[in-house]
Amino acid sequence: MLVLAEQPDAQLPLRIAALAEQIRLRFGEQLIDLVPGWTSLLLHYDLSRTDHLTLAQGLTPLLEQWLGDPPLESPATLHEIPIWYAGEDLQEVARLCSLSVEQVIELHSASEYRVGAIGFAPGFAYLGELPERLVLPRRATPRTTVPAGSLAIAERQTAIYPQVSPGGWHLLGLCPWRLFEARREPPCPLALGDRVRFVAVDEQRFRDERSRQ
Amino acid sequence: MKGLRVLKPGPLSLLQDGGRYGWQHLGVSPAGPLDLHAAAWANRLLGNPWGTPLLEVALGDLELLAEVDTWVAVCGADTPIGIDGQTRPAWSRFAVRAGQHLKLGFVRSGQRAYLAVAGGFRASAVLGSVSTQAREELGGLHGLGGKLVAGDLLSCAPARFALAASVPWTYQPDYRATPVLRVITGGDAAEFDEDQLQAFFARSWQLSPQSDRMGARLQGEALVAPERQWSQGVASGAIQVPADGQPIILMADRQTMGGYPLLGWLHPLDLSRLAQCPAHQHLRFIAVSLSDAQDELRRFYRFFGR
Repeated sequence: MLVLAEQPDAQLPLRIAALAEQIRLRFGEQLIDLVPGWTSLLLHYDLSRTDHLTLAQGLTPLLEQWLGDPPLESPATLHEIPIWYAGEDLQEVARLCSLSVEQVIELHSASEYRVGAIGFAPGFAYLGELPERLVLPRRATPRTTVPAGSLAIAERQTAIYPQVSPGGWHLLGLCPWRLFEARREPPCPLALGDRVRFVAVDEQRFRDERSRQ
Repeated sequence: MKGLRVLKPGPLSLLQDGGRYGWQHLGVSPAGPLDLHAAAWANRLLGNPWGTPLLEVALGDLELLAEVDTWVAVCGADTPIGIDGQTRPAWSRFAVRAGQHLKLGFVRSGQRAYLAVAGGFRASAVLGSVSTQAREELGGLHGLGGKLVAGDLLSCAPARFALAASVPWTYQPDYRATPVLRVITGGDAAEFDEDQLQAFFARSWQLSPQSDRMGARLQGEALVAPERQWSQGVASGAIQVPADGQPIILMADRQTMGGYPLLGWLHPLDLSRLAQCPAHQHLRFIAVSLSDAQDELRRFYRFFGR
């Protein structure tokens, strides 16, 4: 486990992605999986080919160089994701944040987010950071089923549930896109460090886009 | 294609191989057999390479009709094994001829039996693996994460062996014994109060009936856990301690990232033993060093050609 920062920042996901790529090139098949977190990178290594001490030795120069690297002039991909803001919790979120429903939608869709990590479920991208005025704790009781495509918020994060799953976040709307398909290359359109904007659409456009998927 | 026809699927019979690795950065769970020890032996008895697709049969109650002449092996949980009513030994390979019924009864001890066939069961891989991940709807016979259902055909090629073979009895665990599971402390262990770490090892825990292929949940006097802020990648065997103080040990169908503080990791080979424990089983934990665990795991991998 490489802990790379105390706190996440806007540049960190892209820098962690770049580091992961370098490590993959350097160590190849000795590594089974590299899993970036908000502030970390977990290396799953193949014990038949290496061990943690050998890896640590090889990693030291890479990490030293990475720490000295200048911030990336990021040409990060921008995704504009259509959202039909009609989530089950929209009213409740507005009430809890002392805002109108329109203000919630405006605040949420006016911000640009970064993919900070991908996990929890296939293609589930944690996007940060949510505007301060929309920050709420997770729901006290998680839902046992959240519909696929649900756009949700919790604490300083927002995300879309790619599959039907349990979930404790507040549901703001629905996205017509499939965010994870095992047979597509790549399976997940969002990558670490990518920029994301949400575009409010009406029900008709949501249905049109979904039927085109 | 011929194979073994499913007459009775049992409550939860799943196709598994060596696991779906290489996609954890996209949140894809590794899945794979919960009991690597039994699965590895079942394949080895038939000369199959590591990770050859086999069946994980939870609780037993499986009935198959052979449509091909081949050999199979059953390892893991103790279930009655019969071919047309004739008993066959566990932890062994034996012949099945076309037209014969192969039955596994309900488990008598242990939870999961592994049924391997010579050459392995054939199915299309999803993201490089046929392992069934129900929650993610990936893998399995039809690629959508489904468990076995009546009428399914487990495709396999004909095969024959000259001789029977069995696993030496010293490698056949007694699932009735109370397991003592080995733990490598680490992760956020330094953030726990020393007495809480000691309490984890001193207390007796019970396996909760809420446990599943994703995680083994422990019940006992609550531990006091520190707080951790940012979600990180997690590994199989990770021992999470959520705010309620009841530890969760991550199993094969685990998520790829977690936010709960980690006390350490279960010895990878003891995950196999844990996977065979029934609900309410009493469990105890003892510490093991990382290097001892690694040496043992390396020997295990070498022996099974992984």
